[in-house]
This record gives sequence, C-alpha cells and structure tokens, in this order.
Amino acid sequence: MSELINLSLTDQIIGLADKSFSSKEITDAYLDEINNKKILNCFISVFEEESKEKALLADKNIANNKARPLEGIPIAHKDIFCIEDKKTTCGSKMLSNFISPYSSEVFTKLDSVGAITIGKTNMDEFAMGSSNETSFYGNVLNPINEKFSPGGSSGGSAAAVRANLCSFATATDTGGSIRQPASFCGVTGIKPTYGRVSRWGMIAFASSLDQAGVVTKNAQDAALALKYISGFDQKDSTSLNEEVKDFQKEVNLNQEHVIGVPKDLIENMKNNQVRDSFNEAISVLEKDGAKIEEINLPHIEYSLPAYYVIAPAECSANLARYDGIRFGHRSDDVSSLEELYVNSRTEGFGREVKNRIFIGTFCLSAGYYDAFYNKALKIRNLIKGDFDEAFRKVSAIAMPTCSSSSFELGSISDPVEMYEQDIYTIPANLAGLPALSIPSGKVDNMPVGLQLIGNYLEEGKILNLANKFQKLTDFHEFK
Amino acid sequence: MSLNNWQPVIGLEVHVQLATKTKLFSSSPIAFGAEPNTQASEIDLGLPGVLPVLNKEAISHALKFGCAINAEISEKVIFARKNYFYPDLPKGYQISQLDDPIVGKGSVEIKLGDKTKIIGVTRAHLEEDAGKSIHDLFANNSAIDLNRAGTCLLEIVSEPDLSSAEEAVEYLKKIHSIVTFLGISDGNMSQGSLRCDANVSVKKPDDQELGTRTELKNINSFKFVEKAIIFEIDRQIKELEMGGEIIQETRLYDSKKNLTRSMRSKEEANDYRYFPEPDLIPIQISKDQINDIRKNLPELPEMMKERFIKSYALTDENAELVTINKETASFFEDVLSYEVAPKNAVNWITGDLFALLNKNETDISESKVSPKHIAEIIQNIENQNISGPSAKKLIEILWSDGGEVQELIQKEGLEQISNDSEIERILDEVISENQKQYEQLKEGKDRLQGFFVGQVMKKTSGSASPQVVNKLLKEKLSR
Repeated sequence: MSELINLSLTDQIIGLADKSFSSKEITDAYLDEINNKKILNCFISVFEEESKEKALLADKNIANNKARPLEGIPIAHKDIFCIEDKKTTCGSKMLSNFISPYSSEVFTKLDSVGAITIGKTNMDEFAMGSSNETSFYGNVLNPINEKFSPGGSSGGSAAAVRANLCSFATATDTGGSIRQPASFCGVTGIKPTYGRVSRWGMIAFASSLDQAGVVTKNAQDAALALKYISGFDQKDSTSLNEEVKDFQKEVNLNQEHVIGVPKDLIENMKNNQVRDSFNEAISVLEKDGAKIEEINLPHIEYSLPAYYVIAPAECSANLARYDGIRFGHRSDDVSSLEELYVNSRTEGFGREVKNRIFIGTFCLSAGYYDAFYNKALKIRNLIKGDFDEAFRKVSAIAMPTCSSSSFELGSISDPVEMYEQDIYTIPANLAGLPALSIPSGKVDNMPVGLQLIGNYLEEGKILNLANKFQKLTDFHEFK
Repeated sequence: MSLNNWQPVIGLEVHVQLATKTKLFSSSPIAFGAEPNTQASEIDLGLPGVLPVLNKEAISHALKFGCAINAEISEKVIFARKNYFYPDLPKGYQISQLDDPIVGKGSVEIKLGDKTKIIGVTRAHLEEDAGKSIHDLFANNSAIDLNRAGTCLLEIVSEPDLSSAEEAVEYLKKIHSIVTFLGISDGNMSQGSLRCDANVSVKKPDDQELGTRTELKNINSFKFVEKAIIFEIDRQIKELEMGGEIIQETRLYDSKKNLTRSMRSKEEANDYRYFPEPDLIPIQISKDQINDIRKNLPELPEMMKERFIKSYALTDENAELVTINKETASFFEDVLSYEVAPKNAVNWITGDLFALLNKNETDISESKVSPKHIAEIIQNIENQNISGPSAKKLIEILWSDGGEVQELIQKEGLEQISNDSEIERILDEVISENQKQYEQLKEGKDRLQGFFVGQVMKKTSGSASPQVVNKLLKEKLSR
C-alpha cells in the first residue's frame, strides 16, 4: 500500500475516481504510516476509528457516483483549527483540555467537499515559534533528518506531508509559519492573500497577519487544495468578498512572468550557499523565458522590528481570554481572583508565549504606544507602498524563503536569532500579499525554498510560476 | 447644602443599552431576565477562534442619536480594543471606540423652570457591554452570567456644562427622552438600560481651571443621580474648606447609606492599552446614509410638545407632562383617538393613572388600564353617566381586575343618580339625621354645605351627581 501514500493529492483524486483504489485503502495506509512514524511527533490527535468509518462512507459515495471533489481524501488539520467535539490545543498546555463546541470555516469547507480529517498536527504553541520547539507536546522531528527542526510554527503539517502521512495538510502563516517549515521539509506551502481564507475558528495569534493556507507535495496540489478553503465568509469581517478563481486551472495555463528580484537584499545575504542556490533557481526560470527585473524594496529591512511590535501587541490582547475562568487550564493553587489569573496563565503558557505577551503589553502601554505601535504601523504602510511600486512592473517577486536550511534542534537558544528566521517571510504578511515556498535546492544536505510573492489576489500567478519551476526541476520529489 | 460661593462642575457619562434585536458583534438575542448564560453564543463567550461581526442596526441607532442632537457624524467608524481583566469580560478586552467615535460634538437643551440651558455633548460611541458577576448566589464562589455580554451600548459623554445636581437630572431625563422617542432604547433604568457615571468637581467662580474631579459610579436612577451628586459636591466643599484637597479617584455611590466612597485612585487605574480592533474593518458612513436617517427621524419630544400645544390647545406644562416619554405621548394620543377633550385626557393620565403606576412601581408601557378605558371613563363623566368619585373607583377596579368600562359601571352600580327625586329623597334623609347642622346651615354657616353634599355622596356610594345635590340643597334653603 506504500505506493498510495507516495501519491500526490491530484493523483489520489484521479485514482479514487477511476476506482484504481479505495478511500479505505488510502486511509488505512496513512493510519499505518502515522503509527510507524510516531517518533516524528507530527500529530497531537489522530482520529483512527472515525477516519476508517468515514472512508467506508466515502467509498459508498464514490460507488454511487455521489463523490464530492475531495471525497475520501485523508487530510490533516493544524491543531489551530477548531473542530466541533474535538480537542483543539493550539500546541499549548493552556488548551490541553479544550474540546471545541464549534468548527472553523476551514474545517467545515473541507469537510463539506468530502475530505477525511485523519488527525490534527503539532505546532509551536499558539503558532509562536520557528522551530516547533515551543509546542507543549514536544517538538516535531524533520523527516529528512530527525536531528533537524521541521521549522515552525506549522512544523507538524509540513513534516506530515514530507513523511507521507498525508498529501495535504492545512496550516497557518503569521510571519512565515507555512513557508519556513515548507522550506525546511522540502514541500510546497502557500499563504494566500490576507482575507482570502476565513479566519473563523482559527485560533488567533496576530489577527491582522494570520492567514490560513495549505502544505502539499507540489504546486498543482497546492492550487487544488487552496481552491477548497478560499472564499468570502460573513463570519469573518476581514475576509475578502472577491471571486475565487479556479487556481487549479490557472496553474496549468501558459502564462508569461516578469520576476522581480530585490537585488540589495540578495547581495547582502550572509549565507553564500543559500544565495547561490537562489540565483540558480532564478536562472532556471530565466532560461525558460521569464523576464527578470531588479527591484527595490527600501523599507523591507524594517520588517522584522515592525512585525515584532505588531504581532506581540495583537497577541497580548488575543491571548487575554485564556484566564482560567471559562475554559482552558485553571490553576489548582488559587486563593484569590488575582491568583487565579496569574497562576493559571503562568502554568498554562510556555516561555515564548509569555515573552510575546510581555513585549506586546509593553508596546501598547501608555507613553509607549506612539513610539512603538504607531511607528510600526507606519513602517507597515511604507512596506506595502514598496510592494505596490514593485508590482507596477513585475508579476511576481522572488527571494529565498529562509536565510538558511534547517538547523539542528536545540541549536538556537537566543530568541532574537530565532526571530531572524522569519526575515524574508514577514514582509508578505505585513503587506497582506500571497506568498509561497517551493523546494529549490539543497544546502548542507537539507532543502532550501524559493519564495514567490504575488500581487493581491494573484495566488494563481505565483502557483503557475511555481508549477513551471517544478516541471523544470525535481527538488520537490521526495527521494 | 451651602455652596458658600463654590461652583460645581459636572459632566455625565450615560450608557444607553440600544434596543437592537441582536448583540453588537454576535447574533445572540437580547432579552432581559432570561436564564443565566442562555443568551451567549461562542462569540459572547470569547471562545478561541471566534470573530466579531458588526451589527448594522447598532450603527443606525447611533446615527439616529447623532442626528437628533445635531452632532457631527464621523465619516469613518473605527473600533478599538480596551484591554483589562475581569471575570465577566470574556475576551479580556472590550470592543469599544477611542478615536473617531461614531457621534462627535453635539448638544441638547434642558429646561430649568422658565429658563433653558444648552448642554454640550462631547461624543457618543458604540461599545459592547460586559456580563454580570453575581457574588451572593453561592457560598465561597462568584457566578457569572454572560447573557448581557456583548449587548450594544451607546456611551454618551457630556461636556462639563452642568452646574448642579438638578441640572444633571434634567440632562439625564433629556437623554432618556431622546433615546426613547427615537426608539433606540427602552430606557428602562431599573433593568440597567440606561446607566450613568458622573464626573464632579467644584471651583471658585473666578478660578480659570477646573478643580480636581472624582468619578461617581453606580448611580442608576434619576433620584440617585441627584442624591449622589449633592452628597459629593457637599463632601468636596467641606474637604476644601477644611484645607484638604480632592483626590482624583473613582467613587462608588452607596444608595442605602446615601454616601460616596473611594473605589480606586488614579494610580490604581487601569492602563487600557487601546489599539485598533484588527478583527473589524473601518466602517464608512456616507452622506446619503446620514441624510436618509435625518429625513426619517421620528418626532422628538420638543417637536411633539409644540404640536400638542398647537393642535390640542394644551398648556406648556400639560404638554410637557404627556411628552415625558414616548410611551406616555402615544398613550395620550391613543386616548384622544376616541374623541375626548385633550385637557381631560391629560388630567386623567397624569393624575389617577400616574398615581396607579407609581403605586405599582411600573411604567405606562405595562399599564393594565388601556387608553380605551381612560377614554370611556372620560366620556361617561362628560355624559354625567358616572361621578368623579365613581370614576376613581372604576379605574382602580380596572387596574386590579380588568374588564370593560360599561359592564363594570352596571355591575358595580356606579351609574350616576341624576334622578332629582331619588336624590331629594336621600337628601331629606340626611337632613333629618342631622337636624342641628341643618339649622346652623340655615343660619348662614355656609361651609356646612359641603358636609351635606358629602353625606349624600356617601349614602349613594358616590353615584349621585354633586351638581344635582348642590342644586337641590340650595333650593331647599331658599324656600
């Protein structure tokens, strides 16, 4: 059965439709493999019995010609998406006992097109982290080399796809949490335009930056998967009431591309190997006919500090609801209301989450708001302006996803060094632009990713370009 | 209270609960007195992953208020998070407004005897209400009811233009009447639909700067507003005259002891760390929308009063009395629809009916006596069918037992005896029983005339026509 788990999402759909195999066969194969690879720690929950039952129902639907678009396809959800009657932990002790009474829109949409939720993937606590080491449930191992980090915060989703535990996992990206793990694990991950996918039921880290997306084996699959989670949702006021194009169709069109490359940023890269690998990837596209343009993004160097003001500020408010009163962890050691708050939160949150709550609370405090938060918002607008300017002459912007390939677990202890992991991914979040990462080479025997950033609502264009690259290269093949 | 040449300076913050069908950011219904926590959805509970969706009805209610007080209306409405921890504040922040409140500067006119005074309104903004903490239900535990959490409040902030407790009460009554006439609130103070905080300071008339102010909380009736402010002005003057100083602090009014006491000082005050709510996008208010609301604004108390004076020839005082609130005004007009004299309608509504409402501690919307009842009573008096005292009896029976006016007149034998011979027979009876007094009356002791009329009324249980009794008595005396 191992050949079934090696298949791409697209091939699984084709195989199910022409009855080459059944949903039961794929589901059982994945459940076996999840069991075999428990050491990777990709999952926080696995729904074995329920998945098997759903697979049988799916096979019936297929037999009766009632198959929905993702009928019988086992998928995994990042444990940040609420699912009714299921434990939803967000990687935190705080929510270790939280059974959600309602479902996220992302889950509901995929459930309604027939996908089977096989389990919920591990992640950095409240999506705060770049190595998966902040998870209360232990870190995920990188399937390519178990000593290495899978990246974060969607490390569980990226590693699960890489380890053939599913062909499609949902994920979220606030500052690079889809693209960086995709880069580290050698898989394809896309964060669409802010507002493209409803945030309803997706546990908030930084509301103005959080966006759901997908991790898959290739750009074809990403286009297909993204189609089924996108769309306006009146339950999310920031969701965009825009037509969702058929990304799956667009990915295969013969489109012309003008690729913008931020020259200064590439020249200033410290890691020569990553730079060389990036330049090679660009030349592959150039040889294929893409036009390469040098562009300037003058304010991009301020992305990291702006992000580390805005994201913690929003997080400090978003995480205030975890107070031990209505749900979540409540300390046993309590003799006053004050202690109920302090002890529940002290015990329930990990160190990195606390760091960010402190930073955010500080930045919003009386007397500091203008110096930090307001200034960060101004930088954010300048960065948006830089991108607007660049997209007047290019159809996509390329840069490396990360400044390095994966690092060994436990090797980065300085928080700021860890924050710098997101230096190339954060700008797309600040601007709200769609961005993806595809495998584009190897550095120190671990994969590195090529990041493609598109203009607003132009996910289709960058997916088309990524697909083109994957037709010319085999970095995305698991070998 | 002696002011000793001190000048009080008062500003009010009035919280009006808007009569919307659903909450400000969720579709939960709003109803007072429901079972605890039955009107709280996942949004009101602040569960992980939920998002607010603005209730458009609240916007239109707020705009109506803005138009009614001729205020500036913001073109852009932005919500902000106000951060603080409290067990009945589910998210750990309240969605409120800081910059760009929906309603800007406006004013209202209050009446003080013959004079009028313009009171400035600084702003009015929309915000969600918190839940309720109940501390006396369980031993050693507090209970939380989140039914109220998320209901729409309009916080109306006045300029410090009020200079006495009396003015404060008049202003509050004015706000009450505006919001009830607009139909944007039920204005029920006992159920907390209108709540008030007062900022109070005193200064010498020549002082350019205002004195240090205190904020009085928990003054939720017209009576308490008056008492609390009077107490606080007095306390501040005494303190200053003894050489002390006023501390800027929040004080709680204790209605049982009629005093205010310190709740928290400025130093202990929360730093609310306001920042723009990232889960909501700014709302644009168009000129058309404002014009539309202005055009369809219901009749306001002043306009209605003017109309009553003109159309029904009411005195200024009577017109004021029946336009005290919307319910009374429509009750009055309903009575008039049965073609009775307006003056009689005013007298019966503001006299006997108000007395009954007071006695039963309810308001006119809950009246058990209907406009039709009042109209029929008046008609029966006008036709000399029943006497005044009988009518008073009738209205009380209607209140306690209900029924139809004509049937009750028959059943209770209240029909006026205007038959001269019958009354004469009873009068003769009374004279023979009170020979001595009758002699005195004959000798010119005129005030005994009332005694005889009273005795006849008593014997007929009030159903004799007093005019007829007087007439007959005069005839006898002149014989």
